[in-house]
Amino acid sequence: MLVRIISGDMPRSRLLSLIVLVIGFSLLFAPFLFPGIKSLDTAARIAIFIVLVASYDLLLGYTGIVSFAHTMFYGIGAYGTALALDAWGPSFWAMGLGTLLGALVAAVLALLIGLFSLRVRAIFFAMVTLAIASAFAVLVSQMSAFTGGEDGLTYRIPRELTPAFRLMTDKILDVSINGRLLAYYLIFFCALVLFLVLLRIVNSPFGTTLKAVRDNSFRAEAIGYRVIWYRTGATVLSAVVAALAGSLLAIWLRYTGPATTLSMEIMINILLMVVIGGMGTMYGAVVGATIFILAQTYLQDLMGIASKATDGIPLLSELIAPERWLLWLGVLFILSVYFFPTGIVGRLRGEVK
Amino acid sequence: MTSEHPVLETRDLTIRFGGHVAVDAVSCAFQRGTTTAIVGPNGAGKTTYFNLISGQLTATSGKVLLNGEDLSGLSVAARTDRGIGRAFQLTNLFPSLTVRENVRLVAQARARRGYDLFSVASSHVELIERAEHVLAEVRLIEKADQTVAALSHGDQRKLEVAMLIALQPQVLMFDEPTAGMSVDEVPVVLDLIAGLKRDTDRSILLVEHKMDVIRSLADRIIVLHNGALVADGEPAEVIASPIVQQAYLGREPEEETVDA
Repeated sequence: MLVRIISGDMPRSRLLSLIVLVIGFSLLFAPFLFPGIKSLDTAARIAIFIVLVASYDLLLGYTGIVSFAHTMFYGIGAYGTALALDAWGPSFWAMGLGTLLGALVAAVLALLIGLFSLRVRAIFFAMVTLAIASAFAVLVSQMSAFTGGEDGLTYRIPRELTPAFRLMTDKILDVSINGRLLAYYLIFFCALVLFLVLLRIVNSPFGTTLKAVRDNSFRAEAIGYRVIWYRTGATVLSAVVAALAGSLLAIWLRYTGPATTLSMEIMINILLMVVIGGMGTMYGAVVGATIFILAQTYLQDLMGIASKATDGIPLLSELIAPERWLLWLGVLFILSVYFFPTGIVGRLRGEVK
Repeated sequence: MTSEHPVLETRDLTIRFGGHVAVDAVSCAFQRGTTTAIVGPNGAGKTTYFNLISGQLTATSGKVLLNGEDLSGLSVAARTDRGIGRAFQLTNLFPSLTVRENVRLVAQARARRGYDLFSVASSHVELIERAEHVLAEVRLIEKADQTVAALSHGDQRKLEVAMLIALQPQVLMFDEPTAGMSVDEVPVVLDLIAGLKRDTDRSILLVEHKMDVIRSLADRIIVLHNGALVADGEPAEVIASPIVQQAYLGREPEEETVDA
């Protein structure tokens, strides 16, 4: 049963299975295990990023396509939901319809980009996506009457998903059972389903063909696969999943702006999460996103404590001051890419390259 | 229904690269159940002729016909789908995948299951069995779980043949199938091709330099020289013809010791 759910794609490493299970259970029981607004917010962002990073892995790791437009699709999903909630008010149907429309726009745009530019060499495709994504980000910030510009959109979501909505007066394990908790579980289960769908896709006949296209597109064509359609298909699928992840973010944050969805910084982060986790593994997205988001959220706190502890030592205390967190994150990346070229998952599976 | 047509035919097939005519108005028909060796010095246009048939290159003029159907304008994948199969001169496989997966992908393409998104690939047992059957045939079955990158050169050549067999094409094109193989591996590949000859519905095209290979397999030889077809006939007759002695045997003296 479980093997069927994960499409027969076992973690193939005892430690990896354990890590994935721990992450899964931590996210499932996050509201009770880690009470507090900040930790719940971190858990929700991890869930959303696992989906976003996994959808990028479908493109980069499985199909061998480098795209810089992934945050654009993420943003299209987020703005779809945000604009619908903003325009039609906080109802479930507005939320659902906006999400659907966002995914549809992402699919059509990905189809066009794929058909027009996947025939060219990989480097040109990367450049084309970079140009389109930049143009899109500028467009969104310019059309401020519609999108709120750089300030973004703040809107209300259905009352059932807000803290004001209480399912019961009593608390369970000291956690109040309110709409915020519902919103968290909506996001968690949507993310879980989307991840399992992606896992199925990469293990399907289509997904195995993508690996062939990645390895040797010339030969894939020569045994009868129309490579352009497989590449475009992967682009569309990953765009739709990214858009859905964006919608989840829009619902969770109740705010959508360029900084949370379209920025190039997020694009780079996604790339790093895929590479650190392990390309072409799907489980790498789970590990990579979790580690990255945790580091992004808690490294500063950790360094603040360490900095205070080493107050007496002049240079060391300066080096590990909280405002240097990006430097240390950078150092961690360089080390991890150097020592785990196949990513954490590749390393755990004992693959050597 | 198609028996009045040769399985494969090229009519005035020509390709120019700038001023250089690489394949020059080659008209040739290939019948079912025959094996044709294509010979000629290096640069004579043999591989280019193959590329024009399988679609990697687009002809400047002329036609390729499969069972009388014009293949002009069809992609490589579409031609493969219609029955043109090719093994490559330089090993051309999926290096990070296992041997079994390489062949299974061919069987999957043949079964036209590639666009299936929602089933698990490993649940299509018939495709895996088909792949393993072919691997047993080429004696690679015990290496089925190895990744291709870990295989020896000879085994990669065998896998190349296995993938062509799994494709079940009507036209099988081999581009120097034994190139770079060790002496004891060559007979395995030759036996495989000889086995394919028994299936009389197919036509085999073979680019080859080694005369002993040609004589053991081919029932016909065509000679390309500077892109043009200069001789065509039974092996003994072609090898003896003055034009071949001059054009082909003149250039590569060690390769064609006819009576070796």
